[in-house]
Amino acid sequence: MDFGDSPDERAFRLRLRAWLVENNPHLPASSTSDAYWDGVAAWHHALYEAGFFGLSWPKEVGGQGLASIYDVIVDEELAADGAPPRPSVGYLVQGMLRHGSEELQRRFLPGLVDGTERWCQGFSEPDAGSDLASLRTRAVKDRDEYVISGHKVWTSYSDAADWCLVLTRTDTEVAKHKGLSAFIVPMDQPGIEQRPLPMINGTTREFGEVLFDGARVPAANMVGEPGEGWALAMTIVSHEREPGELGFMARYKKLAKELVALANKEPDRYGPEQRRDLAWAVVEAEMLRLHVCRRLSERYDGLTHGSEGSVDKLLMTYAEQAVGHASLAIGGSTRADADDTWLKVYLYSRAQSVMGGTSQIQRNLIATRLLELPTS
Amino acid sequence: MDVRLSSDQQAVRDSATQVVDRLGPRTVGQLDDRERSDRLDAAVASSGWRELRDADDGDAPLASGVEVALIAEELARGLADAPFTGPTLAAELRRRTGAPAATATETVGLTPTLSELTVAVDGALGSELVAVDADRSPSALVLVPAGEGHALAEVAVRPLDLRADLTRPAAGAAAGTVVRKLDGQVRALTADDLDAWTALGLALTSADLVGAMRGAIDLAVEYAGGRQQFGRPIGSFQAVQHLLADALVLMEGSRSIARHAAWAVDALPPSGAVEAAAMAKAYCARAARTVGEISIQVHGGIGNTWECLAHVYLRRALLSIDLFGGVDASLTRVLEGAGFGGDHGLR
Repeated sequence: MDFGDSPDERAFRLRLRAWLVENNPHLPASSTSDAYWDGVAAWHHALYEAGFFGLSWPKEVGGQGLASIYDVIVDEELAADGAPPRPSVGYLVQGMLRHGSEELQRRFLPGLVDGTERWCQGFSEPDAGSDLASLRTRAVKDRDEYVISGHKVWTSYSDAADWCLVLTRTDTEVAKHKGLSAFIVPMDQPGIEQRPLPMINGTTREFGEVLFDGARVPAANMVGEPGEGWALAMTIVSHEREPGELGFMARYKKLAKELVALANKEPDRYGPEQRRDLAWAVVEAEMLRLHVCRRLSERYDGLTHGSEGSVDKLLMTYAEQAVGHASLAIGGSTRADADDTWLKVYLYSRAQSVMGGTSQIQRNLIATRLLELPTS
Repeated sequence: MDVRLSSDQQAVRDSATQVVDRLGPRTVGQLDDRERSDRLDAAVASSGWRELRDADDGDAPLASGVEVALIAEELARGLADAPFTGPTLAAELRRRTGAPAATATETVGLTPTLSELTVAVDGALGSELVAVDADRSPSALVLVPAGEGHALAEVAVRPLDLRADLTRPAAGAAAGTVVRKLDGQVRALTADDLDAWTALGLALTSADLVGAMRGAIDLAVEYAGGRQQFGRPIGSFQAVQHLLADALVLMEGSRSIARHAAWAVDALPPSGAVEAAAMAKAYCARAARTVGEISIQVHGGIGNTWECLAHVYLRRALLSIDLFGGVDASLTRVLEGAGFGGDHGLR
């Protein structure tokens, strides 16, 4: 067991550190300001071009075929330099690698990985949140195309997306999990209307709803076979639960560091409760870093995590929300002299226990699949 | 970076698992079975685990913090009532001074808050001393001033009626008890030595807490699968499932952070090792109390009776939490390590 760098890892770390000196765009905290979203596409592309993104994915689709553990180094260095986190598109890549045809992989993965094409994911609907399989968006075949009608909601990045991975119902005659198929749908067409959905912290750039009214997609853009949509969705959400895939650890480490620096400006202002919250943010962010080290090391054994992802998702949630609480404690959201940056960070943290499957759903999965408790 | 256990480390852990599963107490009643605990103690003694922090041919320990933490975790999971943490920490002190290894089981002497080693001046204890994990230990090591640093002395201890942890009895010595400087010390203990020693203590108790959590969860999960109410196993109710899921998540987070602390003992400089260990200890201490309480809650009325092992796990955790500082003391160290400049830690 070794948490230290190998010589190759050390060289990679130093290369990234040197690159960041010139190339850190110093964007504000994600999801607290439109300036972040204005800069994120350029950041993604720059990180990729410099050889620091898509490390563990196959070379054929624009990756570097390195061990997953290199992503820990990226997260650590981005956090230490106060740079934005790496783009969280890994779950889409994993879904495509597992379920997409070679043709679709070659057409779509390079642009997704290098950041030249932006993506969103159309899964949830107004009446299909935790019960995703009850979704009602229909895709009906029309010669060599499908025609899509329905309503997707809580869609991250829909405003900027070129492509939407849409989960639809293609067969109404079979059980609800079996009639689903997924398509890669171009967003720029008359049959699609995208509306921003302001979040509780006021940000309008992250969340949207997408209305499909006769949108058209080539049949060749179906990912996997007809009826494979549920399996694809499960692959994606299981990776969406893994902090190693998402790179959020870097964001928490960066925020905790910024909060310590903020507290240091006027340390006497903070009493025991605020100090405790600050310390927990530091501890939880570090715990998540070490948990990611452990999980990505296990990938050397070829382990891909199924239900363990639910444990990781809850640990990631605790970390983000501990940072959120420290943001309140140190940022002073109700103080007359405080700006609302830290209030926004706090409010945004409440989404982490909902997105990618609520904490309640994760606990159900842990209880039945990992602890093997009886189901009825 | 590869934080998987090596095959040697897995082998050490597996042998600890086997010993404690064979000879550890399986019921509360078996805690009083001295014949069983004698056999467990003999197995631990013959394994050589208590000597892993003795010096090798040079000054380095025979095994790293990772191996001793793995053993501590397994012993706690099985509620082992044989000393390990105390003798290991005593061996660490001896090695750092160059003194010869102990010839009989011994432990370390702490201040009554259990937060640090006792310092004796003028050849006697200035105040009461508590020796933890002191079963079968006739003596404990304490510090005495020596130049800029400290040297080691030993003091005879007697059983003490501290009943939080039913598996690791305490001993003590009164103020005024005479201490005897250890023979054969070739180096004084520096502040760095004591930091590194503290890091080992925090890492070992964190590992002990992870083990206690695992044991408490296993016990409650098994119970929830069998206990019937309303005509179904209680483990089928979401309210019970979510308690146990939370417990598992807290344990897994603890395991990840505690493993790093165990590695840091020998791989990082003393200040870094203490910082890593304090993070682990804060996290594991908070988690272990919650997990111990969940295990009792899931057991319902039975969990509130002496006969149920759930409280034995919680009690063991209570001692490991307080050893070398619990949540608040650890968070204070975390803030120092993070560079927070406010005075007085959390105050």
